[in-house]
Amino acid sequence: MKPAVLTGEYFMTGDVACAEGALAAGCRFFGGYPITPATEIAERMALRLSHVDGCFIQMEDEIGAMAAVLGASWGGVKSMTATSGPGFSLMMENIGLGICTETPCVVVNVQRGGPSTGLPTHGAQSDMMQARWGSHGHYEIIALAPSSPQEIFYLTITAFNLSEKYRLPVLIMTDEIVGHMSEKVIIPEAKLIEIVSRPRPKGRKDRFKPFAPGPNGVAPMPAAGEGYNLHITGLTHDEKGYPVMAVETQTEMVARITEKIQRNLDDIIRTDDFLLDDAEIAVISYGVSVRTSMAAVAEARKLGIKAGLLRLVTIWPFPEHQICKLADRVKGFVTVEINLGQIHREVERCVGGKVPIFLVGHPGGTIIHPDSVVNLLKEAF
Amino acid sequence: MQEIPKPSKKQPCHPLDDLIRTDRIPHIWCPGCGIGTVFSSCLAALKGSGINLGKTVMVSGIGCSGRAAGYVKLDSFHTTHGRAIPFATGLKLANPELNIVVFSGDGDLFAIGGNHFIHAARRNMDMTVICVNNLNYGMTGGQVAATTPYLAKSTTTPVGNPETPFNLPLMAYACGATYVARWTMLHTRDLTDSITEAIGKKGFSFIEALSPCPVNYGRRNKQKPLDMLKVYQKKAIIKNDADPSTLDIDFEKGIILGKFVDVDRPTFIEHYDKIYRPSRLQENVPGLNS
Amino acid sequence: MDFWRVPLDADTIKVSLGIVHILEDRCKGCGYCIEYCPKQALELSTKFNQKGYHPPVVVKPEECVNCHYCEIICPEFAIFSVESPPITEPGRAGTHPNSAIKVK
Repeated sequence: MKPAVLTGEYFMTGDVACAEGALAAGCRFFGGYPITPATEIAERMALRLSHVDGCFIQMEDEIGAMAAVLGASWGGVKSMTATSGPGFSLMMENIGLGICTETPCVVVNVQRGGPSTGLPTHGAQSDMMQARWGSHGHYEIIALAPSSPQEIFYLTITAFNLSEKYRLPVLIMTDEIVGHMSEKVIIPEAKLIEIVSRPRPKGRKDRFKPFAPGPNGVAPMPAAGEGYNLHITGLTHDEKGYPVMAVETQTEMVARITEKIQRNLDDIIRTDDFLLDDAEIAVISYGVSVRTSMAAVAEARKLGIKAGLLRLVTIWPFPEHQICKLADRVKGFVTVEINLGQIHREVERCVGGKVPIFLVGHPGGTIIHPDSVVNLLKEAF
Repeated sequence: MQEIPKPSKKQPCHPLDDLIRTDRIPHIWCPGCGIGTVFSSCLAALKGSGINLGKTVMVSGIGCSGRAAGYVKLDSFHTTHGRAIPFATGLKLANPELNIVVFSGDGDLFAIGGNHFIHAARRNMDMTVICVNNLNYGMTGGQVAATTPYLAKSTTTPVGNPETPFNLPLMAYACGATYVARWTMLHTRDLTDSITEAIGKKGFSFIEALSPCPVNYGRRNKQKPLDMLKVYQKKAIIKNDADPSTLDIDFEKGIILGKFVDVDRPTFIEHYDKIYRPSRLQENVPGLNS
Repeated sequence: MDFWRVPLDADTIKVSLGIVHILEDRCKGCGYCIEYCPKQALELSTKFNQKGYHPPVVVKPEECVNCHYCEIICPEFAIFSVESPPITEPGRAGTHPNSAIKVK
């Protein structure tokens, strides 16, 4: 039997580090379905959850997996699932249920080339807009993009903490390359890991409203079987949780689920930079493409091009403010991502035509070579 | 035309009012719809079973029957179409102390959610699944379902259903359900007894409750609300332990009702604990060994 | 439901008696309680409830034997019966308190 936090230094794949991060964050339920390249997360959880008195179940499909994850969360347990593009598509409806019912959980998408079955064993970053808008209706979501096994360990903990704090599904948008890459991962001592758990209700149970927002816009959350007689529905509902088919209720409910994110952007959004302070050209990247971009920026600097990198750790909500600020002082932007311009368009929107913006993209299947970025920097600026 | 009376201020209390969200009554079900009766039967069974209602959860999918979760004054979850069973699976695994009742319709449980039913029964996930079978998709206006009789009319089979319906008890039996029964909403006492028995039993229990849908099914198949009940009365053949393969619904020859399966086998959680969490068995966690 | 045989010891059996309560505004007028009352104690009333349906009305209160069938067949939680304490006088089994009529 091993503890939940395997303090020590390891050589681990991103997928395994993700599973270890989840356990360290307090995840005790995993409902999954095998899919390349995310299967290793399920495999690791299948064994490791039994060490920590948790529960693993391989469901009959990703739809069931996502439903079970939501159920487990209402059962009072931190829960997660992991998948890749085709499974992510199948999970979308229940991710919407999670958003509507304000259910904390974590969904990992180890992205592979698409559309459809695509390239199961080759990475891509082409589900980024699906992460934002994949489920129907208007909502806010949180998505994080790790670029190394070490980072996936930490960001999985962050994902759980954010999901518990803001009561919503949080997406980890990694990719096959990070998922299958082995690197050094340092797991700290358990006491050094900050764990956030969902806000708990106080006061009279019969008057409790499961969707009445607290001071930060988030409602406290009880679990099933605690005597609150909860009614939780995916229909448009009032603060009591009762379905009400009225425009006013719809307006209020959508405001609740969007404002709790919009009001707390500073707490949610994480970015990082590299040689950005004096940069004239800002390279925007995330996930595995950060590795390309860092190498490219370093190379460009050697060639005398003043490039710098803004690394998006939080993809959704989009770090608009950070990019708008940059647009006022740099001469141009380059977005690097393994798709043909998803986050690129968001950057374009924020830059608003102030300076030129270029894309170094790829339809998927391979990491982008730093030379492509360097060549563009040389030609365009 | 008489004057419409004002609601009387002090009404007597229905014996099941303590289990109903009375602030949401009257419910949405149409006049003559049998879901209310099956729901009432389910509540009576919950009450009579003696289980801890504070630890009892009702989970529904989508559709008319799926609205039941919204009327029961227990922890209740109205999930997505077809996903009541996997949602309930997550709840049960997260907290094995919970008693789980899945209350949903035939379209939800056996068409869009059919796969989940099959696997929950195979795993012997500890829950009671009550399927209100009204032979069509009522909420959307009467479309053909996986349970619609051959040649019956619906909005999407305007000339008659070319498909063969499911034999639900056979399916439940074949998938490994440890308790299988079928009643109609007219056989309310038997239905209540069956639900009570199923709730008290560990493992995957399945009860099919035939129920009229006068507005969407009956209207297109020349059946007034009471006609269907009379069919239930005249054509019902109560035959406990009948061979599940003989249970196709045939409104001409007769509808076989009764309790068909009542066996014991270890549940998913019992197996999981034995293999993966032996420490739990020693600690005697409630709900697992009872 | 006219096919029940009368037990031979019917006279000596204490038949339970009930009082029917109708929550009129919950009723949607399906008529199931009326059709399946074994004692035909109910009829559709001519008045309308708040929703515009005709709720049932108890026309033969003395007939109710508190079998609860109206209560359990009702899809609306709109009707139920409670036991009424029988007035037991010597030689008069099962007398309804609201009338002097002996229950058959």
